[in-house]
Amino acid sequence: MTFFVQFYAQHSRLLDEIGINALLALSLSVSLQAGQLALAQAGFAGIAAYVSAIASMQYHWPLFASILLAVACSTLVAALLAYPVRRLRGIFLAIATVGFGEIVRVIVNNLSITGGAEGLSGIPNDVNTGIIYGSLAVVAIALFGLARTKFALAVALTREDEAAARGVGVDTGLVRFASLALGGAIAGLAGALYAHAFYFLAPADFGFPRMEEILVWCVIGGVTSPIGAVAGAAFLSILPEIIRGLADFREITNGIILLVVILFAPSGLSVLWRARRATVPRDA
Amino acid sequence: MPETLVLDGVGVRYGGVIALDAVSLAVAPGATLGLIGPNGAGKTTLINAVTGIAPLASGTIALGERRLNGLPPHRIARAGIARTYQNIRLFGALDVRTNLAAGAFAQPGAMSEEAARRLLERAGIPDLDLAALASALPYGDQRRLEIARALAAQPSILMLDEPAAGMNPAETARLVETIRAIANAGIGVLLIEHDMTLVRAACDHVVVLNFGEVLARGTPAEIARDPAVIEAYLGTTESIA
Repeated sequence: MTFFVQFYAQHSRLLDEIGINALLALSLSVSLQAGQLALAQAGFAGIAAYVSAIASMQYHWPLFASILLAVACSTLVAALLAYPVRRLRGIFLAIATVGFGEIVRVIVNNLSITGGAEGLSGIPNDVNTGIIYGSLAVVAIALFGLARTKFALAVALTREDEAAARGVGVDTGLVRFASLALGGAIAGLAGALYAHAFYFLAPADFGFPRMEEILVWCVIGGVTSPIGAVAGAAFLSILPEIIRGLADFREITNGIILLVVILFAPSGLSVLWRARRATVPRDA
Repeated sequence: MPETLVLDGVGVRYGGVIALDAVSLAVAPGATLGLIGPNGAGKTTLINAVTGIAPLASGTIALGERRLNGLPPHRIARAGIARTYQNIRLFGALDVRTNLAAGAFAQPGAMSEEAARRLLERAGIPDLDLAALASALPYGDQRRLEIARALAAQPSILMLDEPAAGMNPAETARLVETIRAIANAGIGVLLIEHDMTLVRAACDHVVVLNFGEVLARGTPAEIARDPAVIEAYLGTTESIA
């Protein structure tokens, strides 16, 4: 018991970071599963983080009301973004959504209510590890439940072949819209939790490097695997702690790992694990 | 309850190119209509027009009392129009069972293993492994799985776009039986095919397209004797004897 108390005291911030990163990875995974390379998660998280922080700091909203408002805002923005990008696919969608993220960052950087480039500090530190992992569990259970519905089949068909999916009756436009909005909601939850867990926000927290990190977690874990995305986020969040000497070279390390995974396991590490499990004899 | 597909004066244009011009035809429940013509005649464009992929420049398309033109592709599919593709479009990374479930997407409830097996049997591939990846199947099985997927939608009309492409004569002969059985079940079949042996064996009537227009229509025997069709498409009378 003492060990766990000491471990938590030493690593609570890392544990919180892993939980929030796992949520961000899940938010992108939802879009990727529908075949959408929509890279706006950092922007959605940033919007929710600032909304939640401002609601609690300036309007003294209670924690859960602030988080709910923040998630509603990020979901609405994601839903609104889904309309102008509805005809974009692949790299064009990626570029447009990265552009959206940069617009969010520039706006946040220039508003007085968000604290401008200096950011916001003194956000009520109401979120603890239990709330973060409770939120992660709720999202995971919801996604697990969703995976057994026709919506999940529609998502898979849209990813595999949009034209053929329409040909069997799937409203692929609705699937794309819903997956982007759902991803926006999950990213918003992560952003709001981040604001209240780390009580300081700066525009750079939600810029392109952050988005790149989220993408790397998903690619390493497996773009169509939510479990892989969470594992990828956890692995790359822990890695700098394991290899302390590389802590200052985090982005370079991420880049090298991404390159190795793309070259040797392009479907992600979760696929390798599944393949290995499939080849193990039942009586082994 | 299967319904009749009626195309009335259908026209499709791509910029200045007339892909279809005033094409009228009907596919009744239980009937098999062959659609033949040279490459570029507008056969696949006609299927694309019915399924909502190619927008109409003129004319109407209706299934029973319901007008289809202007509806998005997914709503046309749900109305009872199913198709296969000239270039196979299975969900290759998904297994056979999921491909069949995809076909039944608009149907209520989940697809049972028994229902999946029945579909495979109707398509002439009863022994196919439901867990096999669609992309790993032999070419002929992929063609038939695409038919099974279309049947899973319980359609009024099934449109087959060159289903015998790449098949050997024995496989083509079995395909004739499959198509006849589908029509006997009350489904209207629109068959695009270059293999005249298959067309003559499977179709009740044939429409010939050339440069987007109807060149001729009639029974397979009448079409085979039509001088205009022979000149535009079939070649010499000896080649179809």
